[in-house]
Amino acid sequence: MSDSILLNSKSTNTESLDFTPSEIALGVEQITRPSLSYWEDAWIRLKKNTRALISLYIVIGLTLFTLIGPLLWQVDPALQDLNQLSQAPSFPKTAIFIEEHIRWEGIILEDFPAEPDEFLANLPAPANLRTAETPTTQAVRIRWDPVVGAGGYAVYRNQHLPEGINDLGLPLGTKLGGNEVSYEDRLNVEGRDYFYSIVTTDGYDESDNYVTLKVSPELSITRADALVRGLITEDSVIANGDEINLAFHPFGTDYLGRDMLARLMEGARVSLFIGIVAPFLYVMFGIFYGGFAGYFGGKLDAMLMRFADFVVALPFLLFMILFKIAFGIGPGESGVLPMLIALVLLGWPATARLVRGQVLQIRTQGYIEAARLLGAKDHYLIIRHIIPNTMGVILVTLTFAVPAAIFTEAFLSFIGMGVAPPTPSWGSMCNEGVKTMLSHPHELIFPALFISITVLAFNLLGDGLTEALDSRMRSRE
Amino acid sequence: MLAYTIKRLLAGVITVWFIATATFIAMHSVPGDPLMNDKAVTEEIRKNLEVKYGLDKSKPEQYFIFMKNMLAGDFGISFTQQNRKVNDIIRDHFPVSATLGLLAVFFAAIGGIVWGALTALYRNRLPDIIIMFLVILGISVPSFVFAALGQLSLVKINQLLGASVIPVAGWGTFAHMLVPSLVLGLGTMALLTRLMRSSMLEIVNEDYIKTAKAKGLSPLRIFFKHQLRNAILPVLTVLGPQIAAITTGGFVVELVFAIPGLGRYFVQAVQQLDYTVIMGTTVFYGAFLVFMVILVDIIYGFVDPRVRLQ
Repeated sequence: MSDSILLNSKSTNTESLDFTPSEIALGVEQITRPSLSYWEDAWIRLKKNTRALISLYIVIGLTLFTLIGPLLWQVDPALQDLNQLSQAPSFPKTAIFIEEHIRWEGIILEDFPAEPDEFLANLPAPANLRTAETPTTQAVRIRWDPVVGAGGYAVYRNQHLPEGINDLGLPLGTKLGGNEVSYEDRLNVEGRDYFYSIVTTDGYDESDNYVTLKVSPELSITRADALVRGLITEDSVIANGDEINLAFHPFGTDYLGRDMLARLMEGARVSLFIGIVAPFLYVMFGIFYGGFAGYFGGKLDAMLMRFADFVVALPFLLFMILFKIAFGIGPGESGVLPMLIALVLLGWPATARLVRGQVLQIRTQGYIEAARLLGAKDHYLIIRHIIPNTMGVILVTLTFAVPAAIFTEAFLSFIGMGVAPPTPSWGSMCNEGVKTMLSHPHELIFPALFISITVLAFNLLGDGLTEALDSRMRSRE
Repeated sequence: MLAYTIKRLLAGVITVWFIATATFIAMHSVPGDPLMNDKAVTEEIRKNLEVKYGLDKSKPEQYFIFMKNMLAGDFGISFTQQNRKVNDIIRDHFPVSATLGLLAVFFAAIGGIVWGALTALYRNRLPDIIIMFLVILGISVPSFVFAALGQLSLVKINQLLGASVIPVAGWGTFAHMLVPSLVLGLGTMALLTRLMRSSMLEIVNEDYIKTAKAKGLSPLRIFFKHQLRNAILPVLTVLGPQIAAITTGGFVVELVFAIPGLGRYFVQAVQQLDYTVIMGTTVFYGAFLVFMVILVDIIYGFVDPRVRLQ
C-alpha cells in the first residue's frame, strides 16, 4: 500500500523536476493579525469561557458588596432591634403604637367553686377559648369558660398546630384553680402565629382533652421603645393604635435583633480580608522561598525543601488553632490578625514547592542559557525571565488558595476558634445560625450561601484561569 | 522497596519530632496558664501545683522531660480533668474519631470512584452534567452546612416514619455512624469524583484501550478490566493526604452530631489551656497522619510497580 504511493509520488516528481528557486512572493507570509502578549491571549480565552466569566463578575460583585455596600446600607451591624428578634426576611413592617405594659390581674370568677367537690376522672377541655384583648407582641391575653369540677388549667404554646395531646410539649404556665380562667403570655412573643392549647387539670393531673386557639399577635411598640430606636421624635404627635413604620431588615435579623444585611457586609469584610490577604501573603513568601531554593539548587535547596516538608506534615487545623491561641487575643480585639499570621505560617509550603519546581524547569530552558551567555546577572534573570514565566501558575495557585482560606476561616469560626464576637464573619454567623436552624433557618442560610457562592466563584475562576493560561491547551484549539 | 520503606519511616520519625517540638514551642508561648483559674487559690498551692506538673523548671528542662516521656509513650496527666491520664483520653476517644474518619474515607473513595466512572461513561450527557453539578456543590459548600442539613433531614425522616429509625446524634451503633461519616466524606468524595473523571478520560485515549477495542473485546470488559483499573491508581495517591484532611475535619461533625471523638476533647482542651492534653493529642494526631500517608504510599508502591522503579 505505502509502496504504491511512494511510486506515484516519485513519478509526479520526475515530471515537474525543476530546480530553479521559486520566487519569494511578498505579502503572502506576512503576519496579518496584531501580535498578542501572553496575558492578552489568556484574557481572550478566558472571555470565551462563560462559567469563568460569570465567576469573575460574581467576585467583582462580592468586592463591591463588601466595599460599597456599607456606604449604601448604613445600618450599624451591632445595633439590636429588640422589636424584631430573629425576624425572617420580609418587606418593611409596621407596628401599632401601644401603652406601656400595665399589670393584668387576670380573670378570676367569684361565683365558681374553686375546689371541686369530687375528682372527676376525665375532665373536658374548656369551651369558648378566645383572646381577651387584641393580641400584641407586648402581651397575648387569652381567656376561656370554666369547666365544672376543674382544679386548674395548663397552658401550652406551640408554633405549629399540635397533632395530639403528646405533641403539646411542656406547659407555658399553669393555673391553680378552676376559677382562674385567663392567661397572659409575655414570653418573647414575636409577630408570628402561635397555637395556644388549654388542658384542664384536677389540680394535679392533666386530662386527655385539650382545646387549641390560633393567635396572630400584632407587632407593637411603646413610646419609650420607639424613642430609643429613633423611630419617632420627642414631639411626634402619635396616638395609641396608630401604625408606625419599623426599621427595615431586607435579610431579616439574627437572634439578637441585629440586621442581617449589615452583618453580612461586615462579615464579608472579615471573611474576604482573611480569604484574600492571607493567601496573597503566603503565596508571596512561597514564591520567594521556592524561587530561592529552586534557583540556587544544591544542598541549600535540599535543606530548604526538607523544612518545607516538615511544615506540610503539621496537621493543618490543629496547628491553626494552636498558633491562633499562641498569638492570643486581647480584650476587645477581633482575632483577625492571629488567624492571618497562623494561615501565613502554615500555608506557604505548597506554593514554595510549586514555584521551586517551575524554577528548576525554567532554569534549564534555552532562553535562560542564552541570556546568561549574553552576560545577564542573577537578579536580572530572576526578575526578567523566571518570575514572569511562573506568574501563570502562581495566579492559578492564588485563585485556588482564596476559597481554601475562606473555608479555613469559616471552619475555625464555626467551632468557636475563629474571630471573637461581636465581630461577625460568615463562619461565626453560621455558628450562631446553626443553633436556631429549625425555627429561623435564614440565620444559617444567608451566611452559608455567601460562603458557598464565594468559594464556588473562586473555584470556577481558578478552573478558567488554568485553561486560559495553559499554553498546551492553546495548541489543542 | 525495603530501602524505600525504611527511608520513608525514618523521615516520618523526624517529622513527628518536628511536630512535637513545634507543639511544645506553640504551647509555651500561649499567654496565660492552666493554673490561672480557680485551682491555684494561694501562692503556696500554686507553687505546689507547679511542682506537681513540672512547671517550675526552666523551658529547656521541661522540653527534655516532655521528649523523654513522649518517647516512653507517656503524655502525662490532664490539668483540668481530675487526674485523668492523657493516654487514657486518647485511648478512649481516638477509636471513635478513627472509626468515623476511616468510614468517611471509605465512603468518599467508593463514591468518588463510582461517580467518576459514571461521569466518564456518560461524558457530556445528562448523568455527567448532574453529577458534575453535585461535585461543584460538594466542593463549595462548607462541611458544617452539610452536617446541619444532614441532621435536619434525619429529624424529618424520623418524624415522617414516626419513630427514631436513624439516631440524630450520639455514638454507639452503626446507625449512629452512617450519616456523620457520609457528611464528613462528601467534600473528599467530590474531589475524588473530579480526579477520577479526568483520569478516566485520559485513559480512553491510551494505546492499550485502542488495542483492546481493535481486538474486539466487549465494551463492558474494556471498561472494567482496562479503563477502570488503571484510572483508580492515580486517585488512590491522594487518599493519604485526604485521610489527614478528613480526620482533622471531623471536629465539626463531632460537634454537630455530639460524637465523643478526640476532636471535641482537643477543642475543649484548647479552651481550657490544658497543656498536656493539647500536646498529647496534637503529637498523637500528627504521628497518626504522618504514618498514614507513608502507609498509603507504600501500599501504592506494591499495587503499582511503576512507583517502585522510581
